[in-house]
Amino acid sequence: MNVVVCVKQIPDPAAPGALDPGTKNLVREGKLILDDSDAYGVEMALQLADAAGGGDVTLVSMAPNGETSGLRTALAMGAAKAILVSDDSLAGTDALGTAKVLAAAIRRAEPDLILAATESTDGYTGTTPVQIAELLGLPSVTFAKKVEISGASVKVERQTETGYDEVESPLPAVVTVTAGVVEPRYPSFKGIMAAKSKPVDVLTVADLGVDAGQVGAAGARQEITDVAEAEARSAGDIVVDEGEGYQRVIEFLEQLKVL
Amino acid sequence: MSVDKIWVLAEVADGAPITTSLELISHARSLGGTVEAVAYGDGTAAMAPTVGEYGATTVHDVGDLAGALPGAPVAAAIAALVAAGNGPDVILFPATYDGRDIAARLSVKIDRPVLTNVVGLTEGDGGLVSQHAIFGGSQILSARFTGEGPHIFVVRAKSFAAEPTGGAAAAVVAAPAPDTGATNAAKIVARHVEERIGPKLDEADVVVSGGRGLGEKEQYALIEELATLLHGAAGASRAIVDAGWVPYSHQVGQTGKTVKPTVYMACGISGATQHMVGMKNSKNIVAINKDQDAPIFSVADLGIVGDVHKVLPKLIEALKARG
Ligand SMILES: Cc1cc2nc3c(=O)[nH]c(=O)nc-3n(C[C@H](O)[C@H](O)[C@H](O)COP(=O)(O)OP(=O)(O)OC[C@H]3O[C@@H](n4cnc5c(N)ncnc54)[C@H](O)[C@@H]3O)c2cc1C
Ligand SMILES: Nc1ncnc2c1ncn2[C@@H]1O[C@H](COP(=O)(O)O)[C@@H](O)[C@H]1O
Repeated sequence: MNVVVCVKQIPDPAAPGALDPGTKNLVREGKLILDDSDAYGVEMALQLADAAGGGDVTLVSMAPNGETSGLRTALAMGAAKAILVSDDSLAGTDALGTAKVLAAAIRRAEPDLILAATESTDGYTGTTPVQIAELLGLPSVTFAKKVEISGASVKVERQTETGYDEVESPLPAVVTVTAGVVEPRYPSFKGIMAAKSKPVDVLTVADLGVDAGQVGAAGARQEITDVAEAEARSAGDIVVDEGEGYQRVIEFLEQLKVL
Repeated sequence: MSVDKIWVLAEVADGAPITTSLELISHARSLGGTVEAVAYGDGTAAMAPTVGEYGATTVHDVGDLAGALPGAPVAAAIAALVAAGNGPDVILFPATYDGRDIAARLSVKIDRPVLTNVVGLTEGDGGLVSQHAIFGGSQILSARFTGEGPHIFVVRAKSFAAEPTGGAAAAVVAAPAPDTGATNAAKIVARHVEERIGPKLDEADVVVSGGRGLGEKEQYALIEELATLLHGAAGASRAIVDAGWVPYSHQVGQTGKTVKPTVYMACGISGATQHMVGMKNSKNIVAINKDQDAPIFSVADLGIVGDVHKVLPKLIEALKARG
């Protein structure tokens, strides 16, 4: 079974985020890393391919400056190869444009299953994977907390407001996974060494046959008009518990007439 | 483009439109023009009076989906109306699982971008301007579409107030989905509803949430007991949902519920940006954390620097003693 995993490479979320004062886009300079949210998809793909008795796990990513650091991490986990779309014309691309590019790249891999995260850490629109499904004419199941392959279909436990639904879909399909789905493995030393020589196919928008007008800031057809400080919440009383801290909570609740 | 016609996805749960959809209908009304709803499922006729009461004049009814996930068929039904020239200027979706899926499929079908995680919508030159809370809600970004409509916005819960106007029941018009082929092949084969005691998390007046600082799954019982004593609901950070300590329905934050209770108590929760966006607008915030530098203290009205295993049992005993 061949699985494609969409993996986003993002600035380290531990570093404080910033907007470019000119374009107001998120600053994506310097080294990018594998979005932690996508580590779950990579792990899930490896486990499903394994359970199906073999097949390739192919990574697909769109990132600036030919960035491959995040891809190498996922390759070190065990993915076989990667397709990277990198092209200066992609700066400012929105979710729909990203989906158009990724869908075109995914077509090349002819997968049985496409995995992505429910949402990325830096963009968190959560729409890209379903847009990919629609572009490819495939069914999609979002918010999977459990994924199993059974013959030519995929069985998913999909989170709902009140519990979960059991959903079945024929393959190929797009499935988005939550962080609870599996525990991602740490790349082994052997994996890290092997990843260095795994193939990464670097493509441009033109290589994929995607019309340049569909991507970049022009394709996004939206603009940021303003960025302002939110009304700050002033910090209140901070007290160190010396055994009577609970009493302060009770007084506060009384004051609010909750008690 | 002026905003003459706004559609709102009226999602149904337990036989009634969800609160977020009613919030969107109410706000759409204040933006002027006609407000209409799009609904699916077998209960549309029953909810026509409610959506009418909040200001929608018409419900475009996609009808029963025969177990299919709503994304593909509902998007196809909306796209068909747009293609026939009956589309709106703006379509508002609640930021729910299904709302997001439908908006994503629709965006491809009509080739329009989507603005997601919207927390405010105001009138601007030639269209709407959306507000988005970024960096954990510390900054508000405003955006607008520059291309042609229909403009698609996906809006977070509790961004607006739901206010009935006493309007008449909305007229129900059938809007069946055209054939969607393979895209419609994912089917729900069984539903599982988790048991809930006490008020709903997003409606409770008091929310007591626990995080990784509880140390182990069994300690979540402290959170549940305290929530029950305060007639509130028990919430959680994603860390302990992912760890399998509590079901996902308890999660507060970016990917979970947005709550705005009178009191939010964060116990052993660090205050990551993704948690904060879901609770920062609570009227009062109490935080208990042993690390005095935890970010959660920056939004707390009352912060207790202490060990949850010491503070919570005492608090519970004291509340019990009050009877
Ligand atoms: C795309 C994306 C979406 C996300 N969505 C959400 C979301 O919806 N909701 C959400 O909550 N998170 C979300 N997260 C995760 C978020 O980034 C944090 O990882 C998570 O909120 C941390 O949970 P926590 O505060 O319980 O754990 P930690 O960050 O580990 O914090 C534990 C805290 O407990 C304190 N502590 C430890 N022991 C004690 C003790 N004995 N007594 C008192 N305090 C103690 C520590 O000082 C620490 O501050 C998301 C992340 C991503 C990438
Ligand atoms: N540039 C990208 N490259 C690869 N995958 C992506 C990219 N953008 C989004 N995705 C996938 O789509 C998911 C949702 O992204 P988003 O729509 O940004 O929330 C991500 O978690 C990835 O799995």
